[in-house]
Amino acid sequence: MTMRHNPLGLLAELTYRCPLHCPYCSNPLNLGDHRSELTSEEWFRVLNEAHALGVLQLHLSGGEPLQRRDLLEIVEQARKLGFYTNLITSALSLTPVKAEQLKEAGLDHIQISIQAADSTLSDRIAGTPSYQRKIEAARTVKKLGFPLTLNVVLHRWNIDQVAEIVALAEELAADRLELANTQYYGWAWHNRASLLPTWEQLQRAEVSVRDARARLAEQMQIIYVIPDYYSRYPKPCMGGWGRQQLTVTPNGNVLPCPAAAQITALPIENVRQHSLSWIWYDSPMFNRYRGSDWLPEPCHSCPRQAIDFGGCRCQAFQLTGDAAVTDPVCELSPNHAMITNAVRAVNQLSEPARATAKVTPTFNYRFRTGDRRP
Amino acid sequence: MHEVTMASRPRLRSQARLQWDSVRQKRVLLSPEGVLLLNATADAILALCDGQRSVSGIAADLSSRYNHVVDQEVLAFFNRLLQKRLIECDDET
Repeated sequence: MTMRHNPLGLLAELTYRCPLHCPYCSNPLNLGDHRSELTSEEWFRVLNEAHALGVLQLHLSGGEPLQRRDLLEIVEQARKLGFYTNLITSALSLTPVKAEQLKEAGLDHIQISIQAADSTLSDRIAGTPSYQRKIEAARTVKKLGFPLTLNVVLHRWNIDQVAEIVALAEELAADRLELANTQYYGWAWHNRASLLPTWEQLQRAEVSVRDARARLAEQMQIIYVIPDYYSRYPKPCMGGWGRQQLTVTPNGNVLPCPAAAQITALPIENVRQHSLSWIWYDSPMFNRYRGSDWLPEPCHSCPRQAIDFGGCRCQAFQLTGDAAVTDPVCELSPNHAMITNAVRAVNQLSEPARATAKVTPTFNYRFRTGDRRP
Repeated sequence: MHEVTMASRPRLRSQARLQWDSVRQKRVLLSPEGVLLLNATADAILALCDGQRSVSGIAADLSSRYNHVVDQEVLAFFNRLLQKRLIECDDET
């Protein structure tokens, strides 16, 4: 049955410009279509329409949202409408002055990404010196009384640092710590062989997470996003397609999830042509995988469909070329070998080979050369 | 984790915000990455959650207005909010 839900959250990707070059970046590989960014007035209209649709949480993200000159005006407008307004930032240009202005504009919460627990590795992964400024920004954020989330994307090169990352979050008095294993789309898909952790690494990381949760239950909420390549069943992606969340990209495209643009079989709608309401309720993009009627076997007769909605459409498309099949992460999927083969390849790397690889990770950095940068 | 007791005086943490949602026609509790859509009971409990009243005081106030207010349910609700880090308490003990 297809229930019509009001969306709860809007991910507003204000720009794809970003000073970092992380090899797992979720931005599109081809930024050509995103040079024509929405104007301030267009974003105000999007926010008004999102509010009318029932959106309560607004995530101002990117790229790096601080690169938008009108960020303060957007925050003010958002707060006026009553959104709980979250800034998702690399924090490189989050100066004390800027942070204070954001507080005055009504921003509710700041999430800062770091790439590892120490500056050497963090800067190497980010592809630019950034760690020190991030730590300073995190202290500023707390001093101003914002709730602080520290976000770390986990992969083979930093997952052994979970305990150190927790200690850092503790020292910074973070309210939330998100330890999110890499999801293999976009740049991360490109770098999957270099990023996928081993089984032993995961086991150790999970012990560290359990210990930290028990010890810090009163100070910090620790969110651990499991790597779905190692789980038996897929993740309930976005809480269901077109059910709770929507994403508006820098040029006004509207997507059920930030990775959905890669599903080339669906026409992408834009706020410059349609109302947000029409796109959410009536567009083929949002209706195609909404609810459970469309589900293929083995999902259609599976009791877990109410839990995971058949998994992730983008992952199904990425791996099989068909977004309408069961997410291959599911052990019941006929395509599950695609996952087990990738996992086996990583775990069969001999220990010396991994150690060598560890000294010189072979990343394809996001736009590291500069000339392709938007 | 410490638990909320009947003597605790809970209040919303500064990062949590209670507001009216005109689309869903109900009150909601918002926090970093969190949305709680409140039913009538939760709404009535939170309206009294001010850091001054104790949990037993809140439960007593509610039972003077509604039937079937169960102390343990009010307490369990506050413990759920504590786990989600939406409230804090200054316990005198």
